[in-house]
Amino acid sequence: MTQQPRVVIVGAGPAGVRAAETLVAAGVRPVVLDENARWGGQIYRQPPANASFERSKQALYGFEARKADALHTTMATLLPHLDYRPDTLAWACGRGRLDTLHAGREIGVPFSHLIIASGATDRVLPVPGWTLPGVYTLGGAQVALKSQGCAIGRRVVLAGTGPLLYLVAYQYVKAGAQIAAVLDTSALSQQIAAAPKLARQPATLAKGLYYMGWLQARGVRIERDVKLAGIDGELHVRAIRWQASRRSADSETLACDAVGLGFGLRPETQLADLAGCRFRFDAQNRCWLPELDAAGRSSVPGIYLAGDGAGIAGADAAELAGRRTTLAVLDDLSIAHPRGANLPDVASLERRLQRIAIFRQGIETAFTPPADCASQWPDGMTVCRCEEVDAKTLRHCIRSGAASEINRLKALTRVGMGRCQGRMCGEAALALLSAETGKPLEAVGRLRSQPPVKPIPISPALYADGVAAIPEEARDE
Amino acid sequence: MPGISYPPDSSDERGPQFVRIAELRRMPLTFVLDGRTVSALNGDTVLTAILTQQRQVRQSEFSGEPRAGFCLIGACQDCWVRSEDGTRLRACSTLLAEGMRIVTRGAAWDVNAGLAAGAASIISAASTTSPDGTAP
Repeated sequence: MTQQPRVVIVGAGPAGVRAAETLVAAGVRPVVLDENARWGGQIYRQPPANASFERSKQALYGFEARKADALHTTMATLLPHLDYRPDTLAWACGRGRLDTLHAGREIGVPFSHLIIASGATDRVLPVPGWTLPGVYTLGGAQVALKSQGCAIGRRVVLAGTGPLLYLVAYQYVKAGAQIAAVLDTSALSQQIAAAPKLARQPATLAKGLYYMGWLQARGVRIERDVKLAGIDGELHVRAIRWQASRRSADSETLACDAVGLGFGLRPETQLADLAGCRFRFDAQNRCWLPELDAAGRSSVPGIYLAGDGAGIAGADAAELAGRRTTLAVLDDLSIAHPRGANLPDVASLERRLQRIAIFRQGIETAFTPPADCASQWPDGMTVCRCEEVDAKTLRHCIRSGAASEINRLKALTRVGMGRCQGRMCGEAALALLSAETGKPLEAVGRLRSQPPVKPIPISPALYADGVAAIPEEARDE
Repeated sequence: MPGISYPPDSSDERGPQFVRIAELRRMPLTFVLDGRTVSALNGDTVLTAILTQQRQVRQSEFSGEPRAGFCLIGACQDCWVRSEDGTRLRACSTLLAEGMRIVTRGAAWDVNAGLAAGAASIISAASTTSPDGTAP
């Protein structure tokens, strides 16, 4: 090898940390870019340092405390052997180089090999009133508790679907908060139908059933198979309305002052998109994902993906995939796989990942986001909360024939063009476009990513070292 | 549960949105929120510090409707606030520091005020057009 490899990992959650561990064990010193202030990612997020937060890992992570602690400890041990850069946003990715922002400064980060472990955010579908103060994503509701010791309100309703509904409800009640109801848009029959696949991860299934049983034993109201009708209030949340899908059309109203809303998770794929990776539509994730081989190699040589950012599979799978992908990086660098008690081989990693993949199919069956909701959204409902684009504007644009593809719809209405870059409204815009055109999701296009993937101050972009000076002779008089 | 006291009127417009239910023994910090000196705790994000005082962190620049953040993990960009000197802060991912002076009202993306302070400086792909950004 003529040049030292320069391996960069984006993300310090379960996938990123296990990738780093594998590289260090093989004698490679990676750069680890973390948008958060401390390692752990979202699931094993740590409270702010040096501020006297006191809760134990048992209190913060429950059944997952051992895994969280193992991950945190591993990363702490690795720190002398890698270049860890917390509070660092990777905002663009070009050939062999990331642009990052740290403390208001632009720093170019060159790489020969890039492992993207960028994780996920909540998959959000709007309901009327979802922009009111007091409505948070389900993951956000969890972060408030885990990272700040706060409940999002005094009387909280958790609504949507997915295993996180029951986990967050359990964590809130256990911490002394009041959960007025859990409203699950999926039916119990779906969860029962998924049982055989879910049983492929018996410990995880048992935990899920435990949360549900624990909540029921404490009298927490759980309603399944509901249609969310709206969140009411003028200046903040006062109530939530829903209908029982299979019974009367009467809607029920429940007073509350906060709502946690989520329908599973969606992967963060922007950097892979900017790097030029080829995408394919994935039916299970209901979105476009970078094309990967079994080891996590993308279509662009030198770019690899692992964890939920490559397709939702959960934290355990992310740890395994972080290891698996890194072994592929080592193969491509002609570096021998490291050996050790805590360093499983390819066959063992792939076997465990396969079991989790079947479990994930079960999760998607048990907790399907509502398929038909877009046609029922009222015209006046805000779809894009950044730019305040409502359903009526989108329908008008589609019905007039001006747009039948998502990037065109974005260009004409600004949906998905605001500061969140479609993270919060992309699913909804695609669902609406699909409902209006009668085409399946995969036939209405893929929302393309643009740099910067998150807002940055303009000064570092203008004054970055990496921006070439304009030569004297090329300047205007 | 002992140690937790809920404010009596949860419908109060001026009441807080977030409720502290753990980690109450941190060091108090004071900061200035829309001209009022108020108290928070060391380790609070700016978002937590604001929402344990009131129910909104900003007003929509289009409708003027109140917003109070949404995702809490730096993804939705719905919790940007200003400090009195015009600096823009994403409240959920900025830790509160003693003496910060935060503005949440009457400053809904005030371009003139921002320019006057030399700080209307947030860009995003929202406001840039890429060569292929408009092609179907």
